[in-house]
Amino acid sequence: MPRTLFDKIWDFHRVGQRGDGRDLLYIDRHVLHELHAHHAFAQLEKQGRPVRRADITFAVQDHTVATKPGRDENTNPGGTAFIKAMREGCRKNGIRLFDVDDREQGICHVVAPEMGLVLPGATHAVPDSHASTVGGLGALAFGCGTTELGHILATQVMAMKRPKSMRVRLDGRLGAHVSAKDIALRLIADLGVAGARGYAVEYAGSAIVAMPIEQRMTLCNLNIEMGGRSGFVAPDDKTFAWLEGRPYVPQDQMWDRALAHWRTLTTDDGAVFGREVTLDCGELEPQITWGTDPSQVVGISGKVPEPAAIDASRRAAAESAFAYMGLEPGTPLMGLPVHRVFIGSCTNSRLPDLEVAAMIVKGRRVADGVFAMVVPGSSSVKREAEAAGLDRVFRDAGFFWGESGCSMCAGGNGDRAEPGQRVVSTTNRNFENRQGPKVRTHLASPATAAASAITGRIADVRQLVGSH
Amino acid sequence: MQPFTTHSGIAAPLLVDDMNTDQIAPFLPSRSLKDDYKVMLFNRQRFREDGGEIPDFVLNKPQFRNAGILVTGDNFGAGSSRESAVWSMLANNIRVIVAKSFADIYRENCLQNGLLPIVLDAGVADAFIVRVVAADGAAPFTVDLITQRISGPGGPDISFEIPGADRTRLLEGLDDIGMTMKHVDEIVSWEREAAKAQPWLQQAADHRR
Repeated sequence: MPRTLFDKIWDFHRVGQRGDGRDLLYIDRHVLHELHAHHAFAQLEKQGRPVRRADITFAVQDHTVATKPGRDENTNPGGTAFIKAMREGCRKNGIRLFDVDDREQGICHVVAPEMGLVLPGATHAVPDSHASTVGGLGALAFGCGTTELGHILATQVMAMKRPKSMRVRLDGRLGAHVSAKDIALRLIADLGVAGARGYAVEYAGSAIVAMPIEQRMTLCNLNIEMGGRSGFVAPDDKTFAWLEGRPYVPQDQMWDRALAHWRTLTTDDGAVFGREVTLDCGELEPQITWGTDPSQVVGISGKVPEPAAIDASRRAAAESAFAYMGLEPGTPLMGLPVHRVFIGSCTNSRLPDLEVAAMIVKGRRVADGVFAMVVPGSSSVKREAEAAGLDRVFRDAGFFWGESGCSMCAGGNGDRAEPGQRVVSTTNRNFENRQGPKVRTHLASPATAAASAITGRIADVRQLVGSH
Repeated sequence: MQPFTTHSGIAAPLLVDDMNTDQIAPFLPSRSLKDDYKVMLFNRQRFREDGGEIPDFVLNKPQFRNAGILVTGDNFGAGSSRESAVWSMLANNIRVIVAKSFADIYRENCLQNGLLPIVLDAGVADAFIVRVVAADGAAPFTVDLITQRISGPGGPDISFEIPGADRTRLLEGLDDIGMTMKHVDEIVSWEREAAKAQPWLQQAADHRR
């Protein structure tokens, strides 16, 4: 019987079935961060249980670390205890830690792929809902809570009900300055914030084939915003080229053997999905959120929708979003004054994201009254960007150029906007109060964010730099 | 995990869909390893920045201050995987959430902590919400996981279903790791086989070292 790629990965990793009917799924790589690790370490210690496979477990300090140049563990006092507790837990248990001062520290979902800790067809778990970012390399990744994190540390398996399979086909050639972020926002708008709940989503189609690895990661990162349990792209030659030579990727004969296997990681012709969705991306314009959940999206030339145009079940949420965002129905998004711009997070902080933004910013100035930040996704991305001179481009334009971490995505490190401020952000959630109390977040691509920083208003990047 | 058999409490109606974990358990400026989960719950809906209470929020209304059951709409617990969004319920003695549906990770986190996530079909849920609103905190509802029934003012008992295995785990307060470790031989043998079939999965070395 023809099988989906999801079936192939799941079936290989299925260790057995527990008494309660849940499958035990082996986790090949487990990556922790400091916000949740200490609870799990404390729980295991109390129970006298060892970490089963410290050698395939990794830890990254990201959620609470300061981004201020010259930062250390004390720069954000709210993070110090978390950082130290994870450091101590990693030391006791022999876990490789990418600490605050490690030259390869960064956001866990950025560090793991660039270090080669993510492999096609491998399973991956992180105590964070954006775990499936790494699905862009063809890994099957799951986010989980803190107790489950302890369970994986102790057993190296997750106990799960098998998700259903969905395929999202993305066809058409993307227009100028349109990227995976815009596709993802459109999908979330079309399917809803629970549209992929219960599903592992395979992204396929001609737009995926053409898409660079980093954008595939952006797309898979946002899979959770439509409720998906996991999201991935079948690996191809781009994937293999991207991975080859990275520090933890197999080498020499082992590489050859792995590669031969990875080439079999495709969905068979005729395999059946529980749900299939198609989106033609050819006509897509840059997208931006207007409301307080990631499904409240319009094209950049669009307006805040009229209540009558909104599905009845979503109208109350929209009314509440109008009030929170300080927006009237019918207001064009373009031209709204912006106080702050944030380029970063596990969604959009990899080198190509920064290159796109720098190209737009180069030779221009951040508008008066706008505070604009770039926070690279990892210290490695930061170094590479600096080697390419991108930091100068951003700093000359008036951007803050920070040390790597999650930063303003959820403000866990103290990077926040002020009450009432309007922010264009390349992050993943525009929830109320997420980027600070009463802060109004508009999610968009790095290109849209960069253009908005320059104009001081929500902007169509194509008007700023031309649509070529 | 604390076993769950029955729970009686005032049912508070929080009649929204897609309530996300950033609202349920926001990051607070004063974070510590032992956060105050009681204060964290719906913090920005419950409190102004000066610390004063926002009287309109349902859990601040006198009749719902000691609610033990939360009744809500679709896709409760969307967003982040933070388990504090469950712990903060328990810290406020809320041990049952009745919803039209839950986000996947949130439901898993509930099961890990003995917080009972009950899903009712939309029609049944709407009828129950009418009763909860009418009761207005004057009389409690009782949730019985053994018989899988909700009883209380305003009508007959309502039956609900929790998948058998999840129910057993909640009723007995089973330790998740303990349940899995019964399969440790299978895990070991999987590792042995994987080391032969896809050896790169079972080793992770930095080749530069």
